[in-house]
Amino acid sequence: MSALARIDDLHISFGGVAAADGVNFAVERGEFLALIGPNGAGKTTALRLVAGLLRPDRGRVFLEDRDVTGLPAHARVRLGLGFTHQIVRPFYGFTTIENVMLAAGHHQTENPWRAITGRSRTAARDKAHAILQRIGLAAQAAQSPRALPLGQRKRLEVARAIALDPKLLLLDEPLAGLSSAEAAAMADLIRGLPGQGITVVLVEHNLGEVLRVADRLIVLDAGKVLAEGAPDDVMARRDVRQAYTGVV
Amino acid sequence: MSAYIASLVSVVGINMILALSLNIITGFCGQVSLGHAAFYGIGAYAAAYLAKLGVGLPLTLLAGAVMAGAIGLVVGLTSLRVRHDFLAVTTMGIGFVFLGFVRKQKWLGGELGISGIPGPGLDPVTYALLIAAFAVAVIAFSLWVKQSWMGFTFDAVADDEEAARTVGVNVSIYKLTAFGIGTALAGLAGGLYVYFARIILPDTFDFVQSIAILTMVVIGGTGSVWGVAAATIGLTLLPELSRAAADYRLLIFGAMLMLVMRFSPAGLAGMIRRRSPA
Repeated sequence: MSALARIDDLHISFGGVAAADGVNFAVERGEFLALIGPNGAGKTTALRLVAGLLRPDRGRVFLEDRDVTGLPAHARVRLGLGFTHQIVRPFYGFTTIENVMLAAGHHQTENPWRAITGRSRTAARDKAHAILQRIGLAAQAAQSPRALPLGQRKRLEVARAIALDPKLLLLDEPLAGLSSAEAAAMADLIRGLPGQGITVVLVEHNLGEVLRVADRLIVLDAGKVLAEGAPDDVMARRDVRQAYTGVV
Repeated sequence: MSAYIASLVSVVGINMILALSLNIITGFCGQVSLGHAAFYGIGAYAAAYLAKLGVGLPLTLLAGAVMAGAIGLVVGLTSLRVRHDFLAVTTMGIGFVFLGFVRKQKWLGGELGISGIPGPGLDPVTYALLIAAFAVAVIAFSLWVKQSWMGFTFDAVADDEEAARTVGVNVSIYKLTAFGIGTALAGLAGGLYVYFARIILPDTFDFVQSIAILTMVVIGGTGSVWGVAAATIGLTLLPELSRAAADYRLLIFGAMLMLVMRFSPAGLAGMIRRRSPA
């Protein structure tokens, strides 16, 4: 079976500095893949290129063998790609459940005609409520995201992405800023996603949790893929340890 | 209904359609527009021109709305490139472009505008009721949009465009939809005004008019249908009820805008929400 997503030779530069310099990798269905690397390695850039939030200078992104390079972010979402932001971006004017409802009702918002002719939010509310329960935010459903601590806002970001029924979920540092207990709980939560039919690509600095949850690692350094493979094999490599930790 | 009451109903109805049309763009979808009077004017000029050619009321109203909506879509394209204060300045510029254009067009009457516009074929009271019916329809339409998934999606676009994209919302299409609907309704208001006033002058659609419409939206509470409707009635009738209010209309509107921004940015609707028990 072909890969769920394929990234071919992606290049992008900012002010002459290459943030992605020929990045290639594939994402297999059902796996939990982690992109790791030192600060500035191009992990978030790679993720945003796949999500369509950045346009590459060169290279291609394929989702289920379809070339989606020219598609904007919202169109990729419609093809089954979910994304969470490194710095959480809830809709602050909505309650917690409304944030998830908008994603849960993504069929209703596909175009303005469908949106203006549809009024019932019952199905979206039920689905959002079930997701909030699964993710441990049911008690906060009626609260504003402003009232939630960071750990819960991160969960809300994941809940909103799950509500889109993604085939591939891109998670940009979902553990950043969390206490070790919160990070472990979040890691456990996202570890269960492949079992629910959601393939995960994780960008994360918390190496301990990454090694605990990932099936496969890709190490980026200076915008290039330095290594990829099983976590133990990758972390045993001298060049990876040197690039990632600065220690030989 | 006396002729005076009929004229008040007509003016309130036209202003209500105008304010609610801007409310769709600014209140629902979060796109600032300081040139809304231009679309009111486009609808008015289109309807007046066709009326003088002998085209009937339904078609002239439709043409005014379609023309304003079509140009509104083009202006809406700018909202895809610029945001916030840049969009405010851009839309303000559209208002000046419109005025600068019509003032120099002899076929549109130039500085003197278009006069001698035929009547609607209805007596003043019936025409006032027709305008009121349109206003009620626009209220109902606004409430429908607000309660629909479109209103929900507009709220998301107004809140955070990038977050909206990551939940699959085609932000550009929704912004254009808001501009298209809002400006078409402003064009409809322009068409209705033409048969009410029977004469149109370029200055009727100037920057002050754009700010007057915005004032009704802001004081009512941006995004609130009932708040904007109430503010429109109050602000339209205020100069009628008091000569002093008429003389100092701009001063009063400006002061009210400043006070609302300072003490209740969510307008009348926000004040009522705060005072209501949860």
